[in-house]
Amino acid sequence: MEELALNILDIIYNSIKAKATFIRLYILDSIKDNIIRIRIEDNGVGMRKDILKKVTDPFFTTRKTRKVGLGTSLLKQMCEDTEGEFKISSKENEGTVVEASFRKDHLDTPPMGDLGDTMVCLVSADISIDYEFTYQDDEHIFEFKTKEFKEILEDVPINNADILLYIRDYIRKGVKNEID
Amino acid sequence: MKSIEDLKRIREEAKAKMSMRIESDYKYRVVVGMATCGIAAGARPVLNTLVEEVAKHKLPVSILQTGCIGMCTLEPMVEVYDKDNNKTTYCLVDSNKAKEIVVKHLIEGQVIEEYTVGQYKK
Repeated sequence: MEELALNILDIIYNSIKAKATFIRLYILDSIKDNIIRIRIEDNGVGMRKDILKKVTDPFFTTRKTRKVGLGTSLLKQMCEDTEGEFKISSKENEGTVVEASFRKDHLDTPPMGDLGDTMVCLVSADISIDYEFTYQDDEHIFEFKTKEFKEILEDVPINNADILLYIRDYIRKGVKNEID
Repeated sequence: MKSIEDLKRIREEAKAKMSMRIESDYKYRVVVGMATCGIAAGARPVLNTLVEEVAKHKLPVSILQTGCIGMCTLEPMVEVYDKDNNKTTYCLVDSNKAKEIVVKHLIEGQVIEEYTVGQYKK
């Protein structure tokens, strides 16, 4: 994957498949501390301990359409290649937390990429899921909560194409600290 | 820019569009494969382009997502279902092909045979 935003998208689909109804994404992108930290927290079905041990093994997957499971193993590899850390913890019927960090100035650390594009996919994957997204860098903190948006939208679904484009723009500007 | 007032304005426009539309206007469902294989091959810009085009042409089309359908080398894949559930599967889709699919298939009702999975796999 050539953008961290793509890895984030990929990992959050695991939360969706785990029937999460609430997903929290936190990103710290700090030049000062020379770190990118990503934390994804969900309230999905979680995993048994024996499954949890296997999720970073590329030759383990629960799906039946192909024999390898690449998403989580790929992210772990990327963290380790950039002197970062990868952690996953999970509790059955409570949820899963994935934490990935990267040394920001490492040559192999991909750029953050387009979080707006990523959020369009996530928000429209299942409109009943609520997201809380926090992005923090050395200058500002930006927050996006689907629940607040849904309240404003009244009976207009959040996956309406015009609304999705608004959200994409909002995220892109929010991350760059360009919202008044 | 991008105040809550903007969002409210877009909401009112969307409401007006929705009230003019009836359920039977929805001719197509479009499904994009969004598993690791799809994402790595470029499914995210394809999905974003579809959203842009549907908004631009004001189409009554719903855009949905699915996981891996087992032909990872042909990703990004886009399935178009018509009202009678007839399925057309497009493969190796990029943003430009997605735009063509919107114009030719979703607006004009013409299947673009050369982009379909049948051209690659029987």
